[in-house]
Amino acid sequence: MIELRDVTHRYGERVVLQDLSLRLEERRVAVIGGNGSGKSSFARLLNGLQLPSEGQVLIDGLDTRTEGKAVRRRVGFVFQNPDNQIVFPVVEEDLAFGLKNLRLPRDEIRARVESALARYDLTELREHPAHLLSGGQKQLLALAGVMAMAPAHIVFDEPTTLLDLRNKRRVARAIAELPQNVVMISHDLELLRDFDRVIVLDEGRIVADDRPGPAIDFYERRMA
Amino acid sequence: MILSDYIPGTGLLWRLPPGSKLLALAALGTLLLAVPRLDLAALTFAAVIALYLGSGLGWRVIWRILRPMLVILAVIAGAQWWLFDALSAAMVALRLAALLLFASLVTLTTRASDMIAAFERALFWLRPLGVNPAKVSLALSLALRFIPVLGAITAEVREAQRARGLERSVIATAVPVIVRLLKMADDIADAIEARGYDPAPQSPRPTGDTRP
Ligand SMILES: Nc1ncnc2c1ncn2[C@@H]1O[C@H](COP(=O)(O)OP(=O)(O)O)[C@@H](O)[C@H]1O
Ligand SMILES: [Mg+2]
Repeated sequence: MIELRDVTHRYGERVVLQDLSLRLEERRVAVIGGNGSGKSSFARLLNGLQLPSEGQVLIDGLDTRTEGKAVRRRVGFVFQNPDNQIVFPVVEEDLAFGLKNLRLPRDEIRARVESALARYDLTELREHPAHLLSGGQKQLLALAGVMAMAPAHIVFDEPTTLLDLRNKRRVARAIAELPQNVVMISHDLELLRDFDRVIVLDEGRIVADDRPGPAIDFYERRMA
Repeated sequence: MILSDYIPGTGLLWRLPPGSKLLALAALGTLLLAVPRLDLAALTFAAVIALYLGSGLGWRVIWRILRPMLVILAVIAGAQWWLFDALSAAMVALRLAALLLFASLVTLTTRASDMIAAFERALFWLRPLGVNPAKVSLALSLALRFIPVLGAITAEVREAQRARGLERSVIATAVPVIVRLLKMADDIADAIEARGYDPAPQSPRPTGDTRP
């Protein structure tokens, strides 16, 4: 479970998240909102990439402030731009990066790399230079790298925004199949129709928190 | 030397430890420079060609490597001929071509990551001086990963500028490229952190196969 207790976040003087208290227990939670509404800041609080200016963020009871390392093992993160999260020049090396960081034994790493490659149709491309993959393949590789680490939760910050329709669908399907708890920031409202819960942010405050139907309607009316 | 030129393969040359290939390259370079003889240069050149053909890397690969160097080889050989004689021109050209081909052979048969791991092991001995091999090797990997991206960004920026009728100008191109690189560097740092990177020095990895 993810819990925020009285969380306020600022950059300098500017308040970007204001007094949020939340418990996220559902398997599929989405966060939507206009540009600059604080969605990315919210996402980054969940794995300790950012610490709240005030309040606490707890992941399965672990405080991101004091248990940063354990939190990052429990919470995987997939970013918007697939290009900037692949850090090794070759597909399978990149997959192994997070696993090496977990200090897993070599056989275990090999086994997990194999199964991640197979799961995301990347086996043929294992020795392929990462920069030659398509946008969709890059995002799947990023997802595979996070999945292989077997976190309990995965946070996505607009994972499909930069993809074309076909790749969007492919990545969306991969996300739908994840056994993990998912928190997803997205502008692709279609992807959120079968989520359990949708939170609407506006200027750092929660203005709606509901099932997808009513929450998305609310958001569309507000943005119109 | 272009580190990212690897051609997947399973032959003997691919299985040799990268450190031994680098050592062989250094030894060959030293030998050829220390013993300037035409017969030795010709013999080495023939041997390197034989290595290529023996490992299934055909004439096309050899040509791809030599072609961009032909002008430089011709200029150097021409200067030698003019200064000395035809024999020394041939010696110098053959020697350089042999070294070039051998260096390329090393990169063609060694995965960048294995090369980096070899550097990492070598750097392990510098740890008392404050060098963290894990950090150095990550930096090398990142460089290899993002050099092509840098090229793509530069091309994009140029294109956008041309579309708006801007003439080619180094500064006008460099500024937006640098801004995007800084943003990208931030994102990459986040991604590395999010994937649990921990630069605490580790014991050196065992030699040999470092694939995942
Ligand atoms: N590192 C930062 N430093 C200063 N201001 C920031 C930083 N990151 C985001 N902001 C500002 O915080 C606000 C919320 O940003 P963000 O969380 O990225 O929103 P969203 O993802 O919803 O577009 C924006 O006004 C943005 O300009
Ligand atoms: Mg954002």
